[in-house]
Amino acid sequence: MSTPADFPVPRTCPFTPPDSYDAMRAAGPLTRVTIPSGKRAWLLTRHTDVRAALADPAASSDARNPDFPALGHGEQQVAAELRPFIRMDPPDHTLVRRMLVGEFTLKRTRALGPVIEQTCHEQLARMLSLTPPVDLVTEYANRVSTTVICHLLGVPTEDLEFFRSITTVTGARSSTAEQVGAALNDLFALINRLVDDKTANPCDDLISRLALGPLERGEITRSSLLSQIGITLNAGHETSRNMIPLAAVALLRHPDQLAKLRDDPGRWPAAVDELLRYLSVADTITLRVATADIELEGATIPAGDAFIPLLGAANHDPAAFADPHVFDIDRPERHHVAFGYGVHQCIGQNLGRLELEIALRVLTDGAPALALTEPFEELPLKDTSAIFGLEQVRVSW
Amino acid sequence: MNAPRLRADRARCTGAGQCARTAPTLFDQDDDGLAVLLIPNPPVEALSQARLAADLCPSGAIALHGDLPRARPITE
Ligand code: HEM
Ligand code: SF4
Repeated sequence: MSTPADFPVPRTCPFTPPDSYDAMRAAGPLTRVTIPSGKRAWLLTRHTDVRAALADPAASSDARNPDFPALGHGEQQVAAELRPFIRMDPPDHTLVRRMLVGEFTLKRTRALGPVIEQTCHEQLARMLSLTPPVDLVTEYANRVSTTVICHLLGVPTEDLEFFRSITTVTGARSSTAEQVGAALNDLFALINRLVDDKTANPCDDLISRLALGPLERGEITRSSLLSQIGITLNAGHETSRNMIPLAAVALLRHPDQLAKLRDDPGRWPAAVDELLRYLSVADTITLRVATADIELEGATIPAGDAFIPLLGAANHDPAAFADPHVFDIDRPERHHVAFGYGVHQCIGQNLGRLELEIALRVLTDGAPALALTEPFEELPLKDTSAIFGLEQVRVSW
Repeated sequence: MNAPRLRADRARCTGAGQCARTAPTLFDQDDDGLAVLLIPNPPVEALSQARLAADLCPSGAIALHGDLPRARPITE
């Protein structure tokens, strides 16, 4: 009786979401699929539907619901136990989100600019001191993204290498469930120790403020606090780590667009949003269950059913973006959903944008002859991870 | 004639800062991350920004009311 899984589908081109999304969108608003757990789910592929469904109060992110359409092995159990706020519903979600959102304001984020700039210069200099070919993912992107997120949270420099070793395990396709479990235990032990340290010796960072504020006032339990710090570390690091190399390759493959950025660096912010749209690395992260019927144009998601609004499909919907498969930093449309939509829309989006902009600008300015050393067609894709990316990108300069 | 009016519902705001980023003359963000409306009666030249902010707000917290010039496609 069990149907073989037909979702997620691998990408054919590393830059754009799977080709089959276009066919699904043309065929109708909802596509029924079987996911690896054997459960069924509806896929949404139209930009208007994706936004409407994600903004609907009946769209539940609660991973404790047995119908929640987790895609990764063991993902549902972990999320149901740890309850990171990305997998919570209001009012629980609202409480945590309000606790954190002040840490991610535009002002706070922009104040991090100089630190990010310095980090990127240091990491690029380090990379350029190595003998090519080197892997852009481990030798640049991962080092930049771990340094930035650890700085924001207040993970001390001494613990950076330890944090990096954890993320190497959690981020690799080759890791077993046991290895990932052990790495997560290490991560939580690290965060737990930091909460103690910072309660005793507070600094100007996120963990100190949460430990002395909401935790001391009893507004959040210690175990929930650890989960919320853990998801912020992970979500903030995985996305940038995957986006930076993929975006760098996209720019190398579109030299006309890169030339425009070299002529006029003021175009970087628009280019970053276009990269976010075009690459849509978090395509399948928004997993939901309908707690009541959700009405879409010409279709209904029935109450109780699992559904996945595909961010990449929405971002490549020709009804929302002219020539959606073309990478064009001057495109006028601004309403991409690479960061999601609704109350869960990425809390770290302003940091993510700034980090991408600086990391890519420093890289392309500082290594103007940057080039792939292996054929583009042979780049290893991270097809099974929650956030899409490239496993390895070997470069010379 | 009903002059255009902007509203930002802080109870619905999810603090993503899209409004302060895309329409900095109309919105700010307080230290808690929630939207602050700066100009409730946006002048005509700010209407396309106001419309863009209302469209991009992920939580439906921004509303633009009143008699508006014919909508142009949301770009800019
Ligand atoms: C740069 C590329 C990034 C992309 C494409 C991205 C994408 C997303 C998406 C699509 C969601 C919504 C998930 C859902 O609705 O279920 C999300 C939520 C989230 N992101 Fe990001 N993100 C990025 C960067 C970051 C950064 C830098 C941080 C932290 C520093 C971060 C932290 C989070 C957190 C904590 C959530 C959960 C928010 C909530 O549920 O209220 N992200 N992200
Ligand atoms: S765009 Fe909407 S959710 Fe975001 S800060 Fe402004 S009002 Fe709040």
